[in-house]
Amino acid sequence: MIKKWFKSGDPWIWLNASAVSTSIIIVVGLLLLIAVRGLSHFWPAQVIQAELVNGEQRISLIGEIVETEEVPVQRLLDSGVNIKTNKEFITRTLIKVGNRDKFGSDFRWVIFPDNTSINYPKNLVQIERREWGNFYGYIKNITKNGKRIATQEATWEKLQPLIDETNVLHDKIRYIEKNEIGDINYQLERLRLERRKFELKGITDKNALAEISASEVILHKRYEEYKKSLAVLYKKIATYSVNAEIMDGQSVVIPLSTIVRAYQPNALTFLQKVSIYFSKLSEFIFDDPREANTEGGIFPAIFGTVLMVILMAILVTPCGVIAAIYLREYARQGPLTRMIRIAVNNLAGVPSIVYGIFGLGFFIYFLGSEIDQLFFPEALPTPTFGTPGILWSSLTLAILTVPVVIVATEEGLSRIPKALREGSLALGATKAETLWRIIVPMATPAMMTGMILAIARAAGEVAPLMLVGVVKLAPSLPLDGSAPFLHLDRKFMHLGFHIYDVGFQSPNVEAARPLVYATSFLLVLVIVILNLAAIWIRNNLREKYRNLDS
Amino acid sequence: MQLLNQLNFSRLSRSQIRTFKDKLMAFNMAVGGIGVIIAIVLIFFYLVYIVYPLFKSADISKINQFPVNAQYGQTLHLAIEEQNKIAVQYTSEGYALFFDTQTGKQIKQVSLLANHKAEVTSFKISQLVNDTVILGLSNGRALIVKHYFSISYPDDKMHIEPKIIYPVGEQSILVDNKKQPLVDVAYQQDDEQATIIAITKDSRILMALLQKESSGLLEEDDEESTAEFTQTIIALPQIQDASSVLIEPQQRIAYIAKKSGEVTVVDISEADNINVIEKVNLLKDNQILTSFTFLTGGISILVGNNEGEIAQWFPVKKDNIPYLTFIRSFNQQQSSIIDIETEQRRKGFISVTNEGQISIFNSTAKREVLNTIIPETPIQHIALSPRADFLITANDKEITTWHIENEHPEVSWAILWEQIWYESYSEPEYTWQSSSADNDFEPKYSFMPLAFGTLKAAFYAMLFAIPLALMGAIYTAYFMAPKMRAVVKPTIEIMEALPTVILGFLAGLWLAPFLEKNLVGVFSLLIVMPIGILLFSFAWQALPKKIRAQVPDGWHAALLIPVIFFLGWLALSLSPQLESLFFNGNIQLWLKTSLGLDFDQRNALVVGIAMGVAVIPTIFSIAEDAIFSVPKHLTFGSLALGATPWQTLIRVVILTASPGIFSAVMIGMGRAVGETMIVLMATGNTPVMDFSIFQGMRTLSANIAVEVPEAEVASTHYRILFLAALVLFLFTFIFNTAAEIVRHRLRKKYSSL
Repeated sequence: MIKKWFKSGDPWIWLNASAVSTSIIIVVGLLLLIAVRGLSHFWPAQVIQAELVNGEQRISLIGEIVETEEVPVQRLLDSGVNIKTNKEFITRTLIKVGNRDKFGSDFRWVIFPDNTSINYPKNLVQIERREWGNFYGYIKNITKNGKRIATQEATWEKLQPLIDETNVLHDKIRYIEKNEIGDINYQLERLRLERRKFELKGITDKNALAEISASEVILHKRYEEYKKSLAVLYKKIATYSVNAEIMDGQSVVIPLSTIVRAYQPNALTFLQKVSIYFSKLSEFIFDDPREANTEGGIFPAIFGTVLMVILMAILVTPCGVIAAIYLREYARQGPLTRMIRIAVNNLAGVPSIVYGIFGLGFFIYFLGSEIDQLFFPEALPTPTFGTPGILWSSLTLAILTVPVVIVATEEGLSRIPKALREGSLALGATKAETLWRIIVPMATPAMMTGMILAIARAAGEVAPLMLVGVVKLAPSLPLDGSAPFLHLDRKFMHLGFHIYDVGFQSPNVEAARPLVYATSFLLVLVIVILNLAAIWIRNNLREKYRNLDS
Repeated sequence: MQLLNQLNFSRLSRSQIRTFKDKLMAFNMAVGGIGVIIAIVLIFFYLVYIVYPLFKSADISKINQFPVNAQYGQTLHLAIEEQNKIAVQYTSEGYALFFDTQTGKQIKQVSLLANHKAEVTSFKISQLVNDTVILGLSNGRALIVKHYFSISYPDDKMHIEPKIIYPVGEQSILVDNKKQPLVDVAYQQDDEQATIIAITKDSRILMALLQKESSGLLEEDDEESTAEFTQTIIALPQIQDASSVLIEPQQRIAYIAKKSGEVTVVDISEADNINVIEKVNLLKDNQILTSFTFLTGGISILVGNNEGEIAQWFPVKKDNIPYLTFIRSFNQQQSSIIDIETEQRRKGFISVTNEGQISIFNSTAKREVLNTIIPETPIQHIALSPRADFLITANDKEITTWHIENEHPEVSWAILWEQIWYESYSEPEYTWQSSSADNDFEPKYSFMPLAFGTLKAAFYAMLFAIPLALMGAIYTAYFMAPKMRAVVKPTIEIMEALPTVILGFLAGLWLAPFLEKNLVGVFSLLIVMPIGILLFSFAWQALPKKIRAQVPDGWHAALLIPVIFFLGWLALSLSPQLESLFFNGNIQLWLKTSLGLDFDQRNALVVGIAMGVAVIPTIFSIAEDAIFSVPKHLTFGSLALGATPWQTLIRVVILTASPGIFSAVMIGMGRAVGETMIVLMATGNTPVMDFSIFQGMRTLSANIAVEVPEAEVASTHYRILFLAALVLFLFTFIFNTAAEIVRHRLRKKYSSL
């Protein structure tokens, strides 16, 4: 019977089916993995307090449980862990103990002895700080300029409004430092360049020079004013601090100015958790990064990605569409055109790093330095366009994605029934009119598809950008309030590069990992939505022309 | 112009305007379209343009010529300073003459022998010690002299002041107590000591050791040395007819050569234990040694003979004893080699023959970048500037200056793709080691480890992807219910758009530790999965028909999802038990001790799976299209003739669609080869040549991403990285084009069926 069964080919069909199932599991599993890990990061987890009795020693541990795993005892012994057990496997737990300033590392692997007692004290406090990561422990009291103002129960009630207050101050300081003073610095730099320009050209127009000096004086004056108000604010923000105790009994002082938010994770109600979740999520999306990108938000990366992609779309769509219309409608359909078509098609398969190195060599080192010589000699030897930046990035990606647009548009054009074209021409329309009034409007969805696919590809591409413009941390956005508003020469941050950088180049990978998952989820979400849109448009398009055909 | 004239719209009729607009649009479209296409094609030409200089030959052009001032005797040696402005000429009468290289005008002359009652009987430059020469005298003494150019900027203009200084004092050093003339000398020094070795007229070989007593000795650009020395004279083993001697920079080994080419290698590292390591013959019978000199770095020796042959030898350690070994020979010249002048910053040299044939070589690349004959014969001396872009040739009558254009001699086919025997290596190897801090260390540009890594990564990726993608494609296209297919196909295809940086991140930070922990479980999946699925399917067909009828045809895959989950869970949860049972609880250790395999956490397995996931959608989508569009009447015909669906699939469908499947694999391969981020993040990026699945690799693309931001523009390294990009470009382009043509043919075939 088995022989017959094998002969029928059924088992092989099942095996083939399993390949599909596996692929589906991989796809869905990947997306779920990213989604779950990325989204759960913002949910306030419970914090445990564990009392370990290790021989004579009593150790108290406070922290979040990150994961538990079963390991063969042998492996632990091999790696030099000293454990006495006759079991073959042992469970160990990774705990995030935070307080990096005191313990050196955020995480600890712990093997809980059987007699460990684990509690969830309600008055345990978790504080997110601007530096040194999270704090876990107990709050003792609050001091104002060194004097205690609240102890015991009153502490917690008083703390929350004070934190809100200092955060307002903090935002104010950041605004002044980044926007106001940043703007002044930018304008001063421009004035310096202007003066240098005059020098280079040999112009000794006293009026113009005096004008520059006058503006400089005004700017310096403004700067002094801001400095003064900053000093006031800094003094004000340093007023309050918290005395607290961490798990090994050390007491620590946390200035309120370094606190982002504080809560008692074990005392939260569901609604409070939801509110913290969304507050963290919005911080993630709308705030600047902290601590070498491992904490805080990713707003500059989102902004940079979006702006770069928009610039690229503006560059690539008309080029791709024109090339496609030329190839399909105007070029003589011979072997040469066919060859070009195949070549263009294949360029989409050329590794992106090749485009990257081309962009670096041609755009930056060649075009960019020529532009600098011609238009920005005053800034030399500091390069303006002769260095990676957002313009070159979007241009490089435009070249990378132009085959996608050409192929999609061509496909759209080829689907338009011949009858329509001939009908239009027969009615006396010129070729241009037919194209403009009949063909192009009908092919618009195809062009849209091409553009969306190009954007989806560009948004996820990292390798070429590493060469032509992204940086770990950009001091200012490429679009801001200082004229000329859009700074094409600036470097920018990018979601994909952020993932690479934080996941692989940061000093504290373990702590940053959840953030990378969250960033990945955001990127995947954007790209999947774009692709689904493209697929949807394409399917609609097919339906439409199927009707026309019949 | 004609167009402009037509622009006067008011006088034109409507139809004329329309025609004009039509033409304008056609023109614009053509210009725009062709422009865009040219812009894309530009990539290829730009890459070629950057790479081309690597393979260009060198160029030599004459600058000037002026007569030799004969009153100071014959020329012994010429040297040029860094800026190519001033040269120095040592003469047989004991003079150092500084002259301007543009005009030949003498700037300064120094008589070196003013206080010595002797004549110059031998002369040698001490290579590797900056600009130092040694003169062997007729009274058994030797004089060490250094030419030095001090640069200052009075009035913002560069001024070069040539000087002669004496690193070990103005007094000559007694080498031979018997005061015999020295026929050949060699000199070497470091911070601690200096060594002189001389061959006397009566064929004794003597070594004078100068050891530092007080501080301040032998400082590089010191004007005058004030150091005191203790001097010892040691007799080296007697060698009949010794003609030439060299000391290597560490002053541990001396090479003493005869005219016949026999070289005695002497260990001089301990003064009281001098011993001969070996005697080697560098030449064939009847050949005469005409040139014997170090290459930059003092490790390799270049040997030139009277038949125009040049060979490179260097010591290779065997049982910790260095034996002088033949490494490579260079393109044979037409006549006897007179002089070999080495470059100071690269492993290159220039040879000149008695018939005026000048050749420029790079030793490691075994490349002759220039071979020309100049009319200024017979040339007796040549000098190369420190930057190797300026050459002086001299004969009895005149001195000629030349400009040399030789930017990238280090690259050849052999360097990139063949095993190269680098200095201090025990055997020829493929090595990629591009960063170099100083001139003595030579960058090693072998593409082999990178290409190997690229193909290794692609191989493991394909190993993972091909079965899954093709089997999946077969099932989806041929067996799957249309409703399910409408969901499955886009789901898998969406993965194609998944940014590879995310896959790389997951591979590096999630998959790699996961695999390390569950290695046994993952490998056991390979067995558990097929067996489990076969068992399940067998059980399924044994079920009563009523139950089976509940699941319509073509939904097997959905049915299998829970089964696969169960099997996966089973394999993974058994993993620790299996590991304890078979591998002592630690498979990594077991691999190391039992099979001798090293285990990297970020290895080819991780890359294979991650990149496999990245290429599955590509292969799946194209293969599925090819199989799905096999004309239905073919399958119906086959089924009608009584074949089972499986037979129809194997014998008819796959056979017909095979070109499409082939092109799917090719395109997938092209993608795997060029993928950058996954390999960058999921491997250790070490350029090793090891096919083990548990080791990492470095690919061409990752290498570009890592190194190009640091490469100096237009340097050899920069151009080589562009070459790597060009190789990748061509490789994927050819793969894709082949696949595209195959697919094109297939489409035609289908339409004719």
